[in-house]
Amino acid sequence: MEYEAVIGLEVHAQLLTDSKAFCSCTTRFGAEPNTNTCPICLGMPGVLPVLNRKALEFTVRMAIACNCTIRETSRFARKNYYYPDLPKNYQISQYELPVAEHGWVDVETVSGEVRRIGLTRIHMEEDAGKLIHDENRPVSYVDLNRTGVPLIEIVSEPDIKSPEEAAAYLRTLRSMLVYLEICDGNMEEGSFRCDANVSIRPKGETVLGVKTEVKNMNSFRNVQRALQYEIERQTAMLKDGERIVQETRLFDPSTGATASMRSKEQAHDYRYFPDPDLLPLRVDPALVERIRAELPELPAQKKERFIQQFGIPPYDAGVLTASKPMAEYFEQTVKLHPNPKAVSNWIMTELMRELKGADESDISTCPVSPTQLADLLKLMDSGTISGKIAKTVFEEMYSTGKDPGKIIEEKGLVQVSDTSEILSLVQTVLDDNAGELEKFLAGKTKIRGFFVGQVMKISKGKANPALVNQVLDEELRRRGSK
Amino acid sequence: MGNLLPGPNPTFREGMQTVTQLYDMTATELARLLREKKVSSVEITRSVLGRIEAVEGKIRSYVTVTPEIALDMAKEADARIAAGDSRPLTGIPIAVKDNMCTRGVRTTCGSRILANFVPPYDATVVGLLRREGMVMLGKANMDEFAMGSSTETSYWGPTHNPWDLERIPGGSSGGSAAAVSAGEAIVSLGSDTGGSIRLPAAFCGVTGIKPTYGSISRYGLVAYASSLDQIGPIGRDVWDLALLLNVLCGHDPADSTSVPRQYPDFTTFLDKSVKGMTLGLPQEFFSKLDNPEVQHAISEARAVFEGLGVKFVELSLPTLDYGIAAYYIIAPSEASSNLARYDGVKYGHRAGEFESMIDMYCRTRAEGFGPEVKRRIMLGTYALSSGYYDAYYLKAAKVRTLITQDFEKAFEKCDAIFCPTAPSPAFKIGEKIDDPIQMYLTDVFTIPVNMAGLPGMALPGGMSRDGLPIGLQLIAPHFEESRLVQLTAAFQKTTDHHLKRPTL
Repeated sequence: MEYEAVIGLEVHAQLLTDSKAFCSCTTRFGAEPNTNTCPICLGMPGVLPVLNRKALEFTVRMAIACNCTIRETSRFARKNYYYPDLPKNYQISQYELPVAEHGWVDVETVSGEVRRIGLTRIHMEEDAGKLIHDENRPVSYVDLNRTGVPLIEIVSEPDIKSPEEAAAYLRTLRSMLVYLEICDGNMEEGSFRCDANVSIRPKGETVLGVKTEVKNMNSFRNVQRALQYEIERQTAMLKDGERIVQETRLFDPSTGATASMRSKEQAHDYRYFPDPDLLPLRVDPALVERIRAELPELPAQKKERFIQQFGIPPYDAGVLTASKPMAEYFEQTVKLHPNPKAVSNWIMTELMRELKGADESDISTCPVSPTQLADLLKLMDSGTISGKIAKTVFEEMYSTGKDPGKIIEEKGLVQVSDTSEILSLVQTVLDDNAGELEKFLAGKTKIRGFFVGQVMKISKGKANPALVNQVLDEELRRRGSK
Repeated sequence: MGNLLPGPNPTFREGMQTVTQLYDMTATELARLLREKKVSSVEITRSVLGRIEAVEGKIRSYVTVTPEIALDMAKEADARIAAGDSRPLTGIPIAVKDNMCTRGVRTTCGSRILANFVPPYDATVVGLLRREGMVMLGKANMDEFAMGSSTETSYWGPTHNPWDLERIPGGSSGGSAAAVSAGEAIVSLGSDTGGSIRLPAAFCGVTGIKPTYGSISRYGLVAYASSLDQIGPIGRDVWDLALLLNVLCGHDPADSTSVPRQYPDFTTFLDKSVKGMTLGLPQEFFSKLDNPEVQHAISEARAVFEGLGVKFVELSLPTLDYGIAAYYIIAPSEASSNLARYDGVKYGHRAGEFESMIDMYCRTRAEGFGPEVKRRIMLGTYALSSGYYDAYYLKAAKVRTLITQDFEKAFEKCDAIFCPTAPSPAFKIGEKIDDPIQMYLTDVFTIPVNMAGLPGMALPGGMSRDGLPIGLQLIAPHFEESRLVQLTAAFQKTTDHHLKRPTL
């Protein structure tokens, strides 16, 4: 029997507000432990939460971008569980009435197919702190700097069919969050996190199978690995006639396997109930409309615009808009050098090769600025250097950060475009290779390419290739007619 | 300065009783003496501190008395008065219930688990008292986490009723009410979740008001049941309460449930006629009333009000019967979550020995909480559990809505509701402590008011044959505290119940 996977993802995204969700402490990362805290986020007796309106606005941005219905009235609820990184021993979250529901995002898979993934809900909540475990002693330390940082949880419908699709969905969400400037999308630092619900069922079946929840996947690659493993594990179990148990499983990146963390029976009863400290949250439709009007261009829109405005192929437009910094890099370069195709080609080949497939958003650390890239392309267009030399110069720019003009000057790479100089090179080559010339003149015209190569060689690549061809042809014609 | 502080008719009051000691006087009277420079805040404070020293051993109103702080504040108050920078209650000594955070002063909530907790911040109301220049005497005893009707569940032991030391003062704000009654404070702050201001006020023969939910900030009030908790003042008469309401009522951006609105000057209602007003008598309350002395006090009071031109109308609040049941779902549910933070990790008591993190949690809480708190945490945890939520919490929330609607309908027929505060006068220490249901039923007349978020006033309505105060209760629509002030002032101008003082 053939099986198919059914995957739903729960994504937690840390919002880039200046202050925490329910107090005025800073959200800045990297401070000394427990310094970004106050009685409120420390959960001291008698303190009360007050919602950060910015966090709500950020949530609404994502909700609009994901085509959600935004509830005019939603509610904060308490999720009760004991853990030392949670000072109140409950998390302020949303349960029955989330801010946003019933959305969708279109996701382009590797094969180019567009899949519409439904979103069950987007809700707001607060982050917990961090435990730091002493490696030498059975002691743990609590850092509450992260406690109370606003999060949104984006819950998908079980619409995802494969690990690849899951990764594509996550990349799409992350790209949207970054475009909306509400999350930095950093998976390693945990500002963009994901849990997965996975089940399998016989192909064609409509009833969902028993699911497991997989946690601890801190990169796109690990999400794919974990899901792959889990699908194979469940498939093998069903094929062996075993039953899947509903449970939470942890992914171990070192082994690539998932292992049971807790069973359904051991699952927490979070005893959700409406938080009496916070009034029902009313979202004014006028606020939603204002945010909608101010919404920045999203990846899909930008891609479409790039195709229309710059006349670049959809594939290129997709690659260039996958991350906001990359798209900005492209647009800035085009502004300085209005040849979109050339700029696109250079970014997609030379620049990306140098970035070596690293996260595309790493463009922000690229040592070659848009201005420098535009300068290089201008030098190429003006014939100062050849395309081949330009590639050498670019490599040098990437490793040193120097301006192209400077590199060309230092290395003497200026293209030779002086006809008389090229003529003398051509003559030298023809004189030095009298035998070859004779064969050419006898009709073996293929030898012409050899002459071009020789001229380029003795010019150390600097001779203007077009000019070389032109001068060589004239000289060959002249010698043949003698 | 003129007649800035409207007060009772002095001749009338002086005719009733000779007041000799400063600690026995009201805030309104003392404020006048302060304003006229006939007395200093330091003198008043010394008088009250002396009274505390004399009677505290019998009453146990306080968990913590802070005489040095009080005298420092009194000196500051005198300086402010001298500089002409005073407010109406500058220099008046006040006791604060031990569940309101006071920066630098231990705030235990009557619990071992917070026995060593010194807040680094003030509750909003404490900040308001400081701004007013009031003199904080210390922290008043209370039932542990405000869970109780007798102040017997306090980790620090019970407070004794100044009218009969073998009896409870009511709870949970028993310390706050007993202190005012015994002259250990001029006025005090209490909090009321199901009757915790009104019941002890009634049992101790003083006047107390639970204002509308949302009218006084809860920031810094250690939460018991957040949707019901409300801070309010206790004093000897309504004149003092009006002054305190002026200080306390107001919007606080730090409390999301605080209501942004304009509050009136409550003292302007002290001299308004009540002629033509209508009081409602809820039949469901009176059918439960089997104590003849309380019945008598109600009849007498009715005659007084009628003499003032007040009409009475019988009405029905059919869902009231479910008040206690619903309360004991909602309040413990919220409490089970509110009290989760006391885990020994960050502050407060931590068990000395433990084997693991979970063991530390368990031992800390087993040692730190008393039986009543544990009972309510268990009740609430159960009620919120998956599979039970709909049957308990959700149902109780619906009952709460119905109670609120019942009151709304009732207020179409009357300006305020009139009923007893408690089914009987104060009971004996130990009498009900082992019978939680009997203890819970003490709050039958007060709980519905919290469920609906309404303002409720407890005022003295006479004495039992045993010499115990009997409390009356007036309930008004949301944000109509002023109406309660108006009715109570009219009543207290005509009666002398509030002038009686216990002999100690």
